[in-house]
Amino acid sequence: MNAVLKSKAEGRAPGEEIVKAEGISKYFDVSPPWLNRVLEGKPRTVLHAVDDVSFTIRRGETLSLVGESGCGKSTVARVLVGLYAPTKGRVEFFGRDLAEMNTAAGRNLRQKLQMIFQDPYASLNPRWRVAEIVAEPLKAHGLMSDPGQVTARVDELLGLVRLSPADKVKYPHQFSGGQRQRISIARALATNPEFLVCDEPTSALDVSVQAQVLNLMKDLQRDLGLTYLFISHNLAVVRHISDRVGVMYLGRIVELAPKAKLFASPRHPYTRMLLDAIPDLDMTGRARTPVAGEVPNPLNPPPGCTFHPRCPHASERCKREAPVLKFHRRIGEEVLVACHAVEDDRIG
Amino acid sequence: MTAPLLEVRNLRVEFPTRRGTLLAVDDVSFSIAPGEVLGVVGESGAGKSLTGAAVIGLLEPPGRIARGEVKLAGLRIDNLPPDEMRKVRGREIGAIFQDPLTSLNPLYTVGQQLTETITTHLHVSQQQARARAVELLAATGIPAPERRIDHYPHQFSGGMRQRVVIALALAADPKLVIADEPTTALDVSIQAQIIQLLKRLCREKQTAVMLITHDMGVIAETADRVAVMYAGRIAEIGPVADVIHRPRHPYTGGLMGSIPSMEHEAERLAQIEGGMPRLTEIPPGCAFHPRCEKAFDRCSRERPELMPAGASQAACWLHDASGGKAAA
Repeated sequence: MNAVLKSKAEGRAPGEEIVKAEGISKYFDVSPPWLNRVLEGKPRTVLHAVDDVSFTIRRGETLSLVGESGCGKSTVARVLVGLYAPTKGRVEFFGRDLAEMNTAAGRNLRQKLQMIFQDPYASLNPRWRVAEIVAEPLKAHGLMSDPGQVTARVDELLGLVRLSPADKVKYPHQFSGGQRQRISIARALATNPEFLVCDEPTSALDVSVQAQVLNLMKDLQRDLGLTYLFISHNLAVVRHISDRVGVMYLGRIVELAPKAKLFASPRHPYTRMLLDAIPDLDMTGRARTPVAGEVPNPLNPPPGCTFHPRCPHASERCKREAPVLKFHRRIGEEVLVACHAVEDDRIG
Repeated sequence: MTAPLLEVRNLRVEFPTRRGTLLAVDDVSFSIAPGEVLGVVGESGAGKSLTGAAVIGLLEPPGRIARGEVKLAGLRIDNLPPDEMRKVRGREIGAIFQDPLTSLNPLYTVGQQLTETITTHLHVSQQQARARAVELLAATGIPAPERRIDHYPHQFSGGMRQRVVIALALAADPKLVIADEPTTALDVSIQAQIIQLLKRLCREKQTAVMLITHDMGVIAETADRVAVMYAGRIAEIGPVADVIHRPRHPYTGGLMGSIPSMEHEAERLAQIEGGMPRLTEIPPGCAFHPRCEKAFDRCSRERPELMPAGASQAACWLHDASGGKAAA
């Protein structure tokens, strides 16, 4: 059925960096209206949703960004697909600047990256039949016009996500949450993309349905050679799906490491705290480490390392100076940590 | 064994619609002992929240209790007139809901809301009520309660708001707390704090808890016993460790396998094909049989009731000792 796609997947060079985010920041102006600023003397306020985030994603791998609400993970996803223009920094995709995407020449760039959204109830047009929904990217990009060809492609896509071709005459409301999420995956795959940005694709689903969608996503990655950026707040899901994991806190990546290393030996105090906080099924009856404090208001983040008010290892330096995400010789090549305590050898 | 505090017998919740009557909760029975935490888990549409709403008398019309009874400390509460029920609610049964922002009135300070609840249910003066409100806020771990009591809900963060909701639920020292997804709207690091708080307060006061959630992890660390619901019925009920580690119903087994684990690496997650049936198309016999790998012909004909299976009870013909089929 997808012999063409398969051979294409095999022909791809492994390990080539296809996505490169360099110091991307996204600020939102959330100032009060002009009149209030003038009359009440209120200052301009700028929300630093994402601050100086850099990473690369290699072909065929899954990078996950994980963090609590308001840490900026979804903003990164939106910058990466071009829904937001970054305030600073740039995103390179196959060596080309993502900003080109809005020009005529950049159209074929856009075909190669697609997005899957969190809420399959809001991301499908309720007045369209499945066939129209899945075929829309084909028409929007002018890839196919012959109705017979389009129908064949829609059938093929529905087969890929384990739906029946007979489903294409139905409307979204006739499907369950998990099936709807499959429809949005089919739509995302229509243009033969290489890179999918998945923003909490299973958060709205029940666990048994989540398992179906996660398994499907892994199968598709293997069969089509897809590359994923996976956004989630669920560490267990992230552990299941990713190759590398970035942990975000208040707009910055605090630790970026291969999955096995991150979960076996977390370095940043925030990562440790997050891992301690997860309820585990094997821990029946045993108490987990309670976590102190809450995420501060992102409009008024603490100075220095933004985690220092909650950190058991905070020193004077942490209160003054923001740590940079970097390699530490002691820890090894692949692990990036932004922490003074790790740098000063105060914690392992 | 002590007499159960809450006893639910053959509860049936119906929704009459133009196209016929929908059975949302079908013949559900369970009990909770004083000081015990019963977890109720299930996927969306399993009827777990409706069971909770039926117990507390907050079913949204046209939903109604069609059969069965709910007894609190030996007295029936399902047929009380609304005025009487309102006194039970708050005084005898406290409720904690998912979204702390919608359970609090944005126009009143948390102090006003707490003292109102306290003076409604307990015979105390305004000053005593306020002192008790400060005490409750302190007990739920809110820093500087004397000052925070005069703040409005929007001045609290999500985790702090859920603490206020817990304080409200416990204001009149209820015997039973119904917590419907109390941590679902919160971030993981806050979830742990809230769960521990709820557990500690209820243990101190010997409050029984009905904890409704879809999160097996929360159940694992909080509950004493668990009821797993599927399509409006209890599929399995038993001690928490048994249900999690030795599931007796194939649905519980599938559900446990589909949760990504932090401990073991798996290439693929166990997968239950299909989804929970809609209320309009619940299959005959065991509602799970079309998705069940172990189903045999009896499953599609006869509906299994809960029967003993190890330390638990499961509604599954695999455990029928008399049926000739060996228990799994």
